[in-house]
Amino acid sequence: MAVFSGETLLCIRGERTVFADLDFRLESGGALVLVGPNGSGKSSLLRVMAGLLRAADGALSWDGEPVADDPEGHAGRLHYVGHLDAVKPVMSVFENLVFWARLRGGTAGAEDRVAQALATLGIGHLLDVPGRYLSAGQKRRVNLARVLAAPAPLWLLDEPTTALDRDAIQAIEATIAHHRQGGGMVVISTHADMDLPAADVLDLARFTRRPRSVFQGQEDEDMDDEDPDDADMPAREAG
Amino acid sequence: MAGLLLILKRDLSLAMRQGVDSMMVVMFFVLACVLFPFGVGPEPNILARIAAGVIWVAALLASMLSMERLFQTDYEDGSLELLTLSSLPLELVVMAKVAAHWLTTGLPLIIATPLLAILMNLDPQGFWILILALALGTPTLSLVGAVGAALILGSRRGGVLLSLLILPLYIPVLIFGVSAVDAAVGGYPVQAQLLVLGGIFLGALPLCPWAGGAALRQALE
Repeated sequence: MAVFSGETLLCIRGERTVFADLDFRLESGGALVLVGPNGSGKSSLLRVMAGLLRAADGALSWDGEPVADDPEGHAGRLHYVGHLDAVKPVMSVFENLVFWARLRGGTAGAEDRVAQALATLGIGHLLDVPGRYLSAGQKRRVNLARVLAAPAPLWLLDEPTTALDRDAIQAIEATIAHHRQGGGMVVISTHADMDLPAADVLDLARFTRRPRSVFQGQEDEDMDDEDPDDADMPAREAG
Repeated sequence: MAGLLLILKRDLSLAMRQGVDSMMVVMFFVLACVLFPFGVGPEPNILARIAAGVIWVAALLASMLSMERLFQTDYEDGSLELLTLSSLPLELVVMAKVAAHWLTTGLPLIIATPLLAILMNLDPQGFWILILALALGTPTLSLVGAVGAALILGSRRGGVLLSLLILPLYIPVLIFGVSAVDAAVGGYPVQAQLLVLGGIFLGALPLCPWAGGAALRQALE
């Protein structure tokens, strides 16, 4: 049984603390739903979990092993679905997906896995359509089919329901349920109401610091951060 | 290794379908060289004297022209993030993309060179050395350019910035590439110049993908 967890994660974007002291823990079969207002750091947290963004402090671990020790191994066990769908306009849906399926899941049986993934998400008929003719919702489904076409235990889905219709959302709910039954984990950020039984909810608003105001200066922010340099400053001034 | 070949194949097929890019680079290379006889006059001796330099400089500029797009499209459509997460070391991703870039731009430049050599009245003694020097030098241009292309990701007006970043780094290749041809034309041994070009290439081969990978990680944060 695998455990994916993070401790005291701190994320700073452009000198602004997005979230601080964030802990999470996810076990096989579990789901973590990230909620919070726009700008509360849902996407940033998913990117930290994927290893695309380095946390300023804190650590991620997989089965107790620090993820930082083996970033490529970590990348190999996760799928990340971001805001961009990575669909090449000049390649057909099938060619687009077969490339990712081969790269992530090996060449053997890649074509079958892609065909099956497309059928699961109800876009089997788009097989030969070039990427440039797809609608936003269809591109999103293609991107999600990429996740299905190569097995990986951890799915990181950043607003996967954007531009999707009701049927597609239900199809995703079903695939997520199936993935979890097989021992997979899902971290998902969404504004839509999705049916994810027994999912943990992580409200990012709880970890968001009050925005640093220019006029208020540093008062309490620096007190919590315990930056050793700052702590030294008064002493140096006195000396 | 299998992943490297997959990315190479994908980039090649993308380049084939958007064949305009490769064609434009070769057209630019030819046109830039064609301008010189108009500029300096059609005196055969003068053209023969400057032929190697002109062809090399045009090759540098043409190679740089196509460099900006190396990571740009993958960056814009999100593919680059996914390539980073492919469990393939990012250095190998860069290596695969550089190889695809050289095959779709460097190689066509070399193929177009005989035409320009005739046009510029290049001494026949220097012809094969020019081809050899280009074959050793253009992969270095692609490798060094990839570092620049990774560094400018996400910046506006990247093209101009890119030329400021990498043109100075192209100078060693230019110096030894041209001097190899000049030596051959003058009847001197060319081994030293070719060895230096090969040495620069072998040095760039591990260093540039490493630097490019670091720059890509920075760009994606």
